[in-house]
Amino acid sequence: MILHSALLAFLVATAYSATSSVGRAGIFYNSEDLVVKFFEWFGNLGIFCGRLIWAAFTPPYEFREFFRQFDELGSKSLPLVALAGAATGVVLTLSTRDSLIRFGAKALLPTVVVFSIIKESGPIITALIVSGRAAAGIGSELGAMKVSEQIDAMEASAVNPYRFLAATRVLACMLMLPLLTLVSDFFGILMGWVANTAYEPISLRLFIHDGFKDVAFSDLLPPTLKTVVFGLLMGVIACFQGMNASGGTQGVERAATSSVVLASLFIILADVLLVHLILVFFS
Amino acid sequence: MQSKEINKKEDKKTAPVQVRALRKSFGKQQVLKGIDLEVSRGETLSVLGRSGTGKSVLLKLIIGLHKPDSGSICVNGEDVTKLPLKELNEVRKKIGFLFQQAALYDSLTVQENVAFPLRRHFKMSDAERNKRVRELLASVGMDKDANKLPSEVSGGMQKRVGLARALALEPEILLFDEPTAGLDPITAAEIDELILQLQKQRHLASVVVTHDIHGARMVSDRLALLRDGEILIEGTFEDLQNSRDPFVKQFLDAS
Repeated sequence: MILHSALLAFLVATAYSATSSVGRAGIFYNSEDLVVKFFEWFGNLGIFCGRLIWAAFTPPYEFREFFRQFDELGSKSLPLVALAGAATGVVLTLSTRDSLIRFGAKALLPTVVVFSIIKESGPIITALIVSGRAAAGIGSELGAMKVSEQIDAMEASAVNPYRFLAATRVLACMLMLPLLTLVSDFFGILMGWVANTAYEPISLRLFIHDGFKDVAFSDLLPPTLKTVVFGLLMGVIACFQGMNASGGTQGVERAATSSVVLASLFIILADVLLVHLILVFFS
Repeated sequence: MQSKEINKKEDKKTAPVQVRALRKSFGKQQVLKGIDLEVSRGETLSVLGRSGTGKSVLLKLIIGLHKPDSGSICVNGEDVTKLPLKELNEVRKKIGFLFQQAALYDSLTVQENVAFPLRRHFKMSDAERNKRVRELLASVGMDKDANKLPSEVSGGMQKRVGLARALALEPEILLFDEPTAGLDPITAAEIDELILQLQKQRHLASVVVTHDIHGARMVSDRLALLRDGEILIEGTFEDLQNSRDPFVKQFLDAS
């Protein structure tokens, strides 16, 4: 756990330096500044989360805006996720098939492909793909709103931007990601079968039967639901970076870049922790 | 005692905006160093000054977008510096704010921008809301462009839409941040005319932050000139003209 925390701190500091103006000036020349800004960033993120939680759980609820964000996130990410899932299925099948043939365990191929996809590659690939698209989109959109005073205008008309802009987007990320993961799993397994069939014809029914015969709900549900945490991290980081953008178009660019870099990084690190937890509680 | 209270209430009625000993710093830079201002109902006060003297900060402090270091800002008798967010939002509903670049939501059309505060704060049918939006847009001469996006209209038109949005909640106070900045002289004069017209119709308390001395002279009852975070002089345009202060003279001559 200590190693995990140290790794997190190091990677976030590196990512922060890569995406912030301090980093551009040179990490070694501004190490003191960087440390201060690093802790300041976490402090501000904590304050942001507090405001976000308060805004999300107190009325009035912005259902209309939430459904708009949910629809936009889902419809725009779906083709990408399906394509990424399909490509993962093909690559996984081809590389695993070769290894299994060497060890004389070719019959296990459907099981290995299904387990690999539903337990790890489906959720993480989906989260990273959606992070690349949605986190950059949220970061740049909110960043542009911030630098052009649109967020100030919203506050001035007595509308809470944490509720209207942030809570709706974070919730949309959290709820959409598990659904997109199922889509990615589906296309991954389907294309895994297609790739396998190209070398050695096998019926889809048999592939599915062999693949899923040892799968329990505890194999599918926790890995799929862990993407709720990925969605939370992605949404919070992208909204935070966007709503704290400053410095004109450069600030918007920084918000978009840092949203993607930090969200992807936090997702990978959270995955390490979540895989441990899933193994402890569901093995 | 009773008469004192009545006088106090009268004061509040006559001065919806009261700023006392207001100080604000950003880091080590002290932007406002003890500002005292008062704006009565039906009165327009223009705040003039060089760039970076804290004019826009003053407006954002009045509406509670920034917190001051010290001092008080009473809006309709409520000190906005001490209000919790829920109550602050109730005060904000009574204030209309026209931002420097209009700050229209660029994903929404002109009419959706104006409808935004109405949708959030008033329970009304779609037909009622649309009617109200049309009226507001007509009052600023933008009813023909209701379905356009902000990016499809000019800077002057964006300011008009911003003004219509600021008026949507029937405010008692209007704050203008550089209403004519970046506009050609004819459009700037049209915006000034619009402000004057609104002032006559609605009898609002207005604060206009501007560099444009001619516009300020046209729309204001009083002017205040900021220098180094303090009010150097406050009065009518004639008072400023008659001032012997070299900075006041330089500011008026340069405009």
